[in-house]
Amino acid sequence: MPSTVDEFVADAVCRRFGGFVAVDGVSLTLRPGDRHALVGPNGAGKTTLLDLLAGTVTPSAGRIRWRGRDITRWGPARRARAGIARSFQTPVAIATLSTVENLVLGAWPHLLGPTFSPSAAGRRWSVGRRYRWLRERVLALAEELGLAGCLDTPARQLSHGQRRLLDLGMALAGRPAVLLLDEPAAGLHGTAELDRLLGLLQRLPSSLALLLVEHHLDVVAALATTVTVLDRGRVLASGTPAQVGTADEVRRVYPGLAEHAWLAGPVGPGSGGHAGRSPEVTTHAAD
Amino acid sequence: MSTLPNHRPLWTMAGWSALVAGVVLFGLHADRYSAALATRVLVVGLLAASVAVLAGWCGLASLGQTFPFALGAFTTGLLAKQGLTTGPLLVCLAAGAGVLGAAVTGPIVLRVRGTVFLMVTLALGELAGATATRWSTVTGGSDGLFGIPATRWWPGTAPLVDPVATFGYAAVVVGLVVVLAVTLLRSPYGLLLRGVRDNEPRLRAAGHPVERYLYAVFVGAGAVAAVAGSLLVTAQRYVSPADLSFDLGALVLLAVVIGGTASIAGAFAGAALLVLARDWLAGPWPGHAPLLVGALLVLAVYALPEGLSGAARRLLGGGS
Repeated sequence: MPSTVDEFVADAVCRRFGGFVAVDGVSLTLRPGDRHALVGPNGAGKTTLLDLLAGTVTPSAGRIRWRGRDITRWGPARRARAGIARSFQTPVAIATLSTVENLVLGAWPHLLGPTFSPSAAGRRWSVGRRYRWLRERVLALAEELGLAGCLDTPARQLSHGQRRLLDLGMALAGRPAVLLLDEPAAGLHGTAELDRLLGLLQRLPSSLALLLVEHHLDVVAALATTVTVLDRGRVLASGTPAQVGTADEVRRVYPGLAEHAWLAGPVGPGSGGHAGRSPEVTTHAAD
Repeated sequence: MSTLPNHRPLWTMAGWSALVAGVVLFGLHADRYSAALATRVLVVGLLAASVAVLAGWCGLASLGQTFPFALGAFTTGLLAKQGLTTGPLLVCLAAGAGVLGAAVTGPIVLRVRGTVFLMVTLALGELAGATATRWSTVTGGSDGLFGIPATRWWPGTAPLVDPVATFGYAAVVVGLVVVLAVTLLRSPYGLLLRGVRDNEPRLRAAGHPVERYLYAVFVGAGAVAAVAGSLLVTAQRYVSPADLSFDLGALVLLAVVIGGTASIAGAFAGAALLVLARDWLAGPWPGHAPLLVGALLVLAVYALPEGLSGAARRLLGGGS
């Protein structure tokens, strides 16, 4: 089967921990420009699925493909070098290193790796010069993250929200094609930090495919064009926010989503939840 | 704003200069006994430095650096008995043996972390000691290798039989190795290692081939330990399995804990404290060396949570 160039495909992936099935035959496809949110109640297998996609956890069954190649057995570092980046819930960034050092480490394997254009071969000779070259390149990113004022501050002295943004920055520094975010809004305080995160995510390159696990439904509503609801390791529903928000199965297991004004219907706040079931929504009833 | 990572305050430079001056002055005025003792400090200190690099920069606490140490010692001893007594050549060949040994054992021991790593490296060290005892045709068995000819700076120069001259040789070799190691660790490569130590999954997820980094450091630390082994043989012109026992592995790990794990200077300070406590104070107060060493450890863990280097930093008000 011919494959679209930048397609990231999970094909019926499963992950068992002993007798417990954390992820049970989930399939999803990410294409350039996708803004895909993964929601569901606690213990639904969202983070495990993210770990499977990022390569931190190896699937018990199923396959993962990227750009037409089977990458199921690839570790996280190799996937990252192939353009699949992720952020972490906790611990975030590298505590003892400064902001700019963290960003440089995020960019290092990508901007100096084999795919990096060797236009300035002299840079490769001295690691000090390579470091300064990378440092210059991540300064704009630090600005965008709102961390330009604390470039040399050790990450452990940053606020929790700043550290989360820094962790996201480490993922972005490698200019990934696929970005997997694990609850980027968790622990952000106040609307300023949340707005900065949202602004940052909304300005991501349109060619990038984004998958985010998120409990914060305002963030999901502001970003996602596709929502997948997981429950007990399975895909319960997948579709546009409006479609998913009105699916009966979703209302049953995850009422918060259905009741969330922004998701429930395209009409706007207050009138959501009664838009009627859309026939396009794909639901997978538990069998 | 610093443009380089690991920006160190000026006093560190001053401290290093004072140290070099102190070593030179000591070398000029030392008697034979204290020179021999100081050489022992340098040998144990260099071995401790190889452990400090693994423990402090990579988070890999090792008891098994006695393995490359043994390789370096026996390589030097056997080559010297074959007539090769040129010091720089012996050091390089010993380092080569350490590199080979670490390169072969690295893939096995680096599969694990934490306490399991400690146990696997303990087994490695014990295996080295057992091999040295059993393989008597090469190593001389439990009697060890004796009658090793003295090392020379260069063919034609006088053999290093005087402890003061040997101390000078050891100090130069240790100085070169330490400068090389510190230069590498303070370069941006050191950042990679600190990242691995503090958040390995994060670094991996950023695309860093963490295994390759750790392997490179393990091999480098093997070379450093092997150079220490070579210096041991030059200093005592004798080597036996007793020189490579678990006691030594534990002693150097202790030195690293006392010195403060992520510090090469601390490793040497810790080694000095322990060797002096063991070999010097044990003279006027015989039979109590293990007790002294134990008491020092307890004191270090409770009174100096960041080791000697951490205490020095606090005292001098320097940065991180």
